[in-house]
Amino acid sequence: MAAVQETIEQVRRIDVEQYKYGFVTDVESDKAPKGLSEDIVRFISQKKNEPEWMLEWRLEAYRRWLTMREPDWARVNYPKIDYQDLYYYAAPKKKKELASLDEVDPEILKTYEKLGIPLREQELLAGVVRPEGERRIAVDAVFDSVSVATTFQKELKDAGVIFMPISEALREYPELVRKYLGSVVPASDNYFATLNSAVFSDGSFVYVPEGVRCPMELSTYFRINEKNTGQFERTLIIADKGAYVSYLEGCTAPQRDENQLHAAVVELVAMDDAEIKYSTVQNWYPGNAEGVGGIYNFVTKRGDCRGDNSKISWTQVETGSAITWKYPSCILRGDNSSGEFYSIAISNGHQQVDSGTKMIHLGKNTSSRIVSKGISAGRSQNTYRGLVSAHRKAKGARNFTACDSLLIGDQCGAHTVPYMEAKNPTAVFEHEATTSKISEDVLFYCVQRGLSQEEAVGLVVNGFVKDVLQQLPMEFAVEAQKLISISLEGSVG
Amino acid sequence: MTALLEIRDLKAEVAGRQILNGLSLTVNKGEIHAIMGPNGAGKSTLSYVLAGKPGYEITGGEVLLNGEDLFAMAADERAAKGLFLAFQYPLEIPGVATLTFLRAALNAQRRKRGEEELSSPDLMKRVRELSKKLGIDPDMLRRPLNVGFSGGEKKRNETLQMALLEPLLCVLDETDSGLDIDALKVVANGVNQLRAPERGMIVITHYQRLLDYIVPDVVHVLAAGRIVETGGKDLALQLEATGYAQYQGEAA
Ligand SMILES: Nc1ncnc2c1ncn2[C@@H]1O[C@H](COP(=O)(O)OP(=O)(O)O)[C@@H](O)[C@H]1O
Ligand SMILES: [Mg+2]
Repeated sequence: MAAVQETIEQVRRIDVEQYKYGFVTDVESDKAPKGLSEDIVRFISQKKNEPEWMLEWRLEAYRRWLTMREPDWARVNYPKIDYQDLYYYAAPKKKKELASLDEVDPEILKTYEKLGIPLREQELLAGVVRPEGERRIAVDAVFDSVSVATTFQKELKDAGVIFMPISEALREYPELVRKYLGSVVPASDNYFATLNSAVFSDGSFVYVPEGVRCPMELSTYFRINEKNTGQFERTLIIADKGAYVSYLEGCTAPQRDENQLHAAVVELVAMDDAEIKYSTVQNWYPGNAEGVGGIYNFVTKRGDCRGDNSKISWTQVETGSAITWKYPSCILRGDNSSGEFYSIAISNGHQQVDSGTKMIHLGKNTSSRIVSKGISAGRSQNTYRGLVSAHRKAKGARNFTACDSLLIGDQCGAHTVPYMEAKNPTAVFEHEATTSKISEDVLFYCVQRGLSQEEAVGLVVNGFVKDVLQQLPMEFAVEAQKLISISLEGSVG
Repeated sequence: MTALLEIRDLKAEVAGRQILNGLSLTVNKGEIHAIMGPNGAGKSTLSYVLAGKPGYEITGGEVLLNGEDLFAMAADERAAKGLFLAFQYPLEIPGVATLTFLRAALNAQRRKRGEEELSSPDLMKRVRELSKKLGIDPDMLRRPLNVGFSGGEKKRNETLQMALLEPLLCVLDETDSGLDIDALKVVANGVNQLRAPERGMIVITHYQRLLDYIVPDVVHVLAAGRIVETGGKDLALQLEATGYAQYQGEAA
């Protein structure tokens, strides 16, 4: 058998059966009745003790959503979703309000432990001498619809940084949330974002005040556990003038035969001279080898470079989900602002990925950079969809785009759909694209040196995505590198 | 004493065409064998068949490496058992630093042999020592493997890999091709440093020139998929004068 053929076989056999986050946690949960209605929206808002305006905002979104049509322009196929057959709210049952992490259901803590997410900050802090320079990461863990724990709250507070579940922020800092919520992704933005606006249950809120450099990486870890439950989280991050924050997002879900819907909204706001770095390692359950089950990941992520000299950088490693529909974007409003999008999208089995970015140049001398690495294996389809546009007044807009696709096997597809529109004659847009097949000769060279076929594919792919991996914070890069190998070969990480 | 490599009446096909036609060859530990022959004789095919490249079908004969059936082992196992092929055209791997590749290869072999992996600092130390010995600029270790390397650098890199992996049997396919005389001397010097009582080498070359610098114990002529003549190192000199025309008629 030819080497590449062998790889294809291997990939086909192992693919998603190797999903190691597929376990289910046994916790009792509080659920709203199935289906979607104004009453459900009210139920969610009430559960969260939200201010009246928030309920109104949700209801308006809900009514709007009823008039909208599900988009069908992406290169993805899936059976029609029955929105009345989903649960819109599920929370692990708890006996009383949690006063500390000790009161979190031990089953949930175990889940995060299994996932390698350190929630027990007290253990981390317990007098253990840390190696010089080791960074700490504050974690917000979202389990189904609610946030179960946020670590390092006090230390962050001392620095003036607000990092908490958005449901809590709505109670503690309602005016701050109100000022920014929906200011980047309006409630009416698109079908899934509008749905999210109506029913979002939790997510993270971050506010970094003027001149503050957030003292540690912030991270949210999303986990869908319940069956038939949609997850609609909402993240809002604001970096005020001159502030800096690096935020990491990770996600997994148990292995189930039904498809699960994940429709998140992430909004970023960077004021004058502020910088936000947002990194994602997405590893939702992709479905099994026959394409049954898996997460539908329909996500709206957008950053607004609202201030002059502001910068927003998206880095994503997408390995999971049955279907991915996701275009983290930047609105370059402030003069001299810049946006970046670094992406690794891996598809295997029957996965379908339609992902890319939009860079909207509005201010003067704005710049953007797009580096996309798509890897398709198995019978998957992987599409890069990008839009770069310069407004009439966007004098001196610059963009550089590089899209590289790597094919493993001959039953998968890679597609590149770049749109460019420059309404200002001074705009300079550069675009490069390549598509290549993984080389049998290169694999043999590696195997001759002692690497297994799987290790060889992992090595070549990791080389292919190196430019993007380098953008990730160190700890994440290592994790991502392992994940890439696992999702392609099933070699035990 | 068991021979290091024992090839008996080997027949092999590629793309439905028989290329090796009953080739026999024995290499003992400590020996260097040169295989010379006209273009298209099947020299590279022999090296690929030994290394286990996909697409080559064995249709007859057997090969023993240290007494073990070579064809019962997968290509990566053969490497772990000490078979090393220095490629005529070493391949490029963008984004993978040479050092990363060396680490991956060595540790993959060690795992397969049930040995402990070499730690990064130990590996670094070892690679630096070898680079120095082989006259390799340490800067090369950070560059992506073979990407943008000159012909000489690529071949030197093959030598470095060979030195690090410490194989028992080295097969060098046209190591001299594409090298000027200075580069050739450097590479040959590297290869000579790897001569060892435990190690055997097969040096494949079209030209006699390389054998001035890597002096073989035995010289074979491979034509039309078989060894048609075997002699001492002066056979190479003789061939230099006469050419391969006399063997072209050898039928399959
Ligand atoms: N992949 C292949 N497909 C078809 N023919 C091949 C292939 N590889 C080698 N050959 C043929 O096998 C013969 C021997 O080639 P090779 O082993 O490369 O010779 P040498 O290295 O001695 O010059 C040549 O006729 C060549 O065309
Ligand atoms: Mg050849």
